[in-house]
Amino acid sequence: MRARETFFALVSGLVFGIGLIVSGMTSPQKVSSFLDLAGDWDPSLGLVMGGAIGIGLFAFAIARRRSTTLLGGPMRLPNKRTIDVRLVVGSMLFGIGWGIAGLCPGPAIVALGAGNGTALLFVAAMLGGMSLVDVLERAREGRDPNASAAPTTAE
Amino acid sequence: MTVAWSAFTPWSALVGGVLIGLASAVLVLFNGRIAGISGILAGLLEPPSADTRWRLAFTIGLVAAPLCFALLRAWPSVTITATPLEVIIAGALVGVGTRLGSGCTSGHGVCGLSRLSPRSLVATGTFMGAGFLTVFLARHVLGIG
Repeated sequence: MRARETFFALVSGLVFGIGLIVSGMTSPQKVSSFLDLAGDWDPSLGLVMGGAIGIGLFAFAIARRRSTTLLGGPMRLPNKRTIDVRLVVGSMLFGIGWGIAGLCPGPAIVALGAGNGTALLFVAAMLGGMSLVDVLERAREGRDPNASAAPTTAE
Repeated sequence: MTVAWSAFTPWSALVGGVLIGLASAVLVLFNGRIAGISGILAGLLEPPSADTRWRLAFTIGLVAAPLCFALLRAWPSVTITATPLEVIIAGALVGVGTRLGSGCTSGHGVCGLSRLSPRSLVATGTFMGAGFLTVFLARHVLGIG
């Protein structure tokens, strides 16, 4: 089963990346034009989200009714429900970074694959930022055993 | 607001969006996982575990996407106009922010909203709002970018 899971993850990443290219979302200019409400607004990103969510609604409705995957493995959907400062501050910082360069994690990795050198800089800084949070979190947990553990479930 | 109709690409946006939705569907239905790219990348920074293989496979798929796309169409060249300093600051903010907020445009924006998760709705509203505000300040107040 693990080999098949690896195969489907590869297919998913590939189709996701091609979707980003086809939709134009690998272009930071196009993303910035969507975020520029006061300028010449390009609504394309909204339709990308709409198309993706249109399919996603069906897929996750099916997933929610199942306890196992089509390969027989466990269905691991996030179960965290708390809306806290951490979620809001984190999303705010992400949004600022997204606005500055017009890049978010997916398109940055695809741009790397397209041979863009500047994307390498972005990805290195991003991985550095992620590690920083993890290191600080571990240090805090070390001092305070009651501190909440870093969420490892990806959303 | 003026809509830039000449720049608006509704069909390619919709088709690309559907592909992104299908990719997320494949990952959740076959692997039981959320296609959250920031989470997948952050997971690769952890010591190797049972999850390393699928995360690596997904990431390789993303990296290989331009090559596969180029087999049918022209090479998808990407132009980043931000200065290196801006790119580094932006990257660091995206890294710290997605880790604290447990997700990005894919995990919260696509998968989370598809799951009708209130947490993801708050996250998506927040990062979209922050993105709108950042671009507004940069372009229309500070006059950069």
